[in-house]
Amino acid sequence: MRRYFSRKLLIYGLTFFVAVTVNWMIPRFMPGDPVASMVARANVNKPEAVEAMRAYYTGLFGLDQPLWQQYANFWGALLRGDFGVSIWLFPTPVSEVITRAVPYTLALIVPSVLLSWVVGNRFGAYAARRRLLDNTVLPVGYVLTAMPYMWLAVLLAWAFGVILGWFPVAGGYSFSMRPNWSVTFLLDLLHHWALPFLSLFLVALGGWAIGMRNMIIYELESDYSNYLAALGAPSRLIRRYAFRNAVLPQITGLALQLGVLVAGALVTEIVFAYPGLGSLILKAIQNKDFFLLQGTFLFIVLGVLIANFIIDIVYVVVDPRTRAGMAGAQA
Amino acid sequence: MSLLVSELKVHYRTLRGDVRALDGVTFGLRDGEILGLVGESGCGKSTLGKSLIRMDGRMRRAGGTVVLDGRELPIDDDRAMNAFRFREVSLIPQYAMSALNPTRKLRRMVGELLRSRGAPLDAEELERRMSQVGLPREVLDRYPIELSGGMKQRMVMVISTLLDPSLLIADEVTSALDVSTQKAVARALLGFRERGYVKSMIFVTHDIALTHHIADTIMVMYAGRLAEKAPADVIVKKPRHPYTRLLLDALPEVGVRYADRRLEGIAGSPPSLLDPPPGCRFRARCPIAGDECAEDPPVAELTPGHHVACWKV
Repeated sequence: MRRYFSRKLLIYGLTFFVAVTVNWMIPRFMPGDPVASMVARANVNKPEAVEAMRAYYTGLFGLDQPLWQQYANFWGALLRGDFGVSIWLFPTPVSEVITRAVPYTLALIVPSVLLSWVVGNRFGAYAARRRLLDNTVLPVGYVLTAMPYMWLAVLLAWAFGVILGWFPVAGGYSFSMRPNWSVTFLLDLLHHWALPFLSLFLVALGGWAIGMRNMIIYELESDYSNYLAALGAPSRLIRRYAFRNAVLPQITGLALQLGVLVAGALVTEIVFAYPGLGSLILKAIQNKDFFLLQGTFLFIVLGVLIANFIIDIVYVVVDPRTRAGMAGAQA
Repeated sequence: MSLLVSELKVHYRTLRGDVRALDGVTFGLRDGEILGLVGESGCGKSTLGKSLIRMDGRMRRAGGTVVLDGRELPIDDDRAMNAFRFREVSLIPQYAMSALNPTRKLRRMVGELLRSRGAPLDAEELERRMSQVGLPREVLDRYPIELSGGMKQRMVMVISTLLDPSLLIADEVTSALDVSTQKAVARALLGFRERGYVKSMIFVTHDIALTHHIADTIMVMYAGRLAEKAPADVIVKKPRHPYTRLLLDALPEVGVRYADRRLEGIAGSPPSLLDPPPGCRFRARCPIAGDECAEDPPVAELTPGHHVACWKV
């Protein structure tokens, strides 16, 4: 058991290292000079002043040092929890900008991922044994899961926001309000949350339902199901076993899909101008704010890695076969 | 007679028509009798075994009846059949290695299965029966994947016979086992009968040699029909049907080297059961076939208990 987890931790550690490195590289080798754009934004005409500002900003962000030093500094700052200062919202620290956005993204991703997984599995298992449902609703599932996130988001915003006017189409809360803990504000928050949540939920739901349907059919035709049926066990028991075993690959699927789901959530946020990490990334790119970009990416990578690790642990708990593998397998 | 099968016809529905896998088979089984059911692949032996406990979706009863202990089995009514399964008729499947749910510990699985059939789990009895086939009680607290193939096989044997069924169908139970394990399985099956866990048994196999050791009677099937049925010794020593004879000739003998003389097989292959030709189905491969074989041979009882379906005997 310890071997297994130490190996897993090593793999996750390596992934993290590579992710951080790539993360550091991308903005630095991206075209465009952030310092130049900051100076330009200041609208100064005197050449000496421009030169002074350039020198100040370059020194502030450490861009005058050789690349390897920048890289080392980056790691050093990272380990102290310092992501640097945002260029777009100068001089707010990146960590503060991210902390403000994270609750919105989490409130979107966590319920939509978990709920779509649970509901999709239940529904897929149910549809697998009802021909009518299998022939009508599952094709809808195929359409849903094949739909790009932003496309469904745009459709929903158009239908429920513009045409019907039931939901607001943009923002995390009404412009007329200030964030506070009153019931009115929380309701307003929920009102704005509904459409982005629904679009994420629906796209993921179709995929889980289809996967579960196929797995359940496979499990119901497996040898242990046939044996139980031959001994006259009621179908309730057989289905319970089949469901439990069919859920296992779905857990792996969840681990694999996590990155895609997070990416989908980011795009959806942009469509709804939802003040989470996705909108932050867009703003960071538009303003060549690569400290903010780095910080956001890093945060997402860290989140996905942690979620994957949790799923790994869950898998070990629910599937005895992985435990048996750990005792013997050296792979 | 504990089991009476008469004129049983079971067809498989396919897109090209009905495959007559079982085409009018009649036989009986006394209390305490072990019947060895042999024949080559596709002769209908597994279909017969399945028909007696659980038909799959493509199978259809085209005629005939099955009576067990004086009650007719509703073999083509999946729901009604549930009352008989496990309690009256039970099965040791061909796929015993994968017959146990991999994610449940055995004690829990057996408990859940029994409870679902309204029978309380008698842990003491279960453990006693397990020890009779050489399984330690700790096995109950393991997952099926933690057992060896032979252990899984024995565990399935114990589970299948827990409710003391009247008829046990053992479908190719020794096919995937090595010789010493085969022997242990055969001994365990005989032990089940001795202790009264099962009344009678149908042992489906293609291994005539092994059948001879455990069966009282052997029934040879060919292309969905009965070819010959007789006490085990008679089948092995004095077979009358030409198919049985050729089948026995195809077996290697102990102490004979086949370097000079090639081991004989039976030339040809069985007819398609989709639309079988009229008359004796073995005709095309039979060395002694004559004109009369163009008509269906009736099953004749040569001596008491020795049935043969052939014009030439």
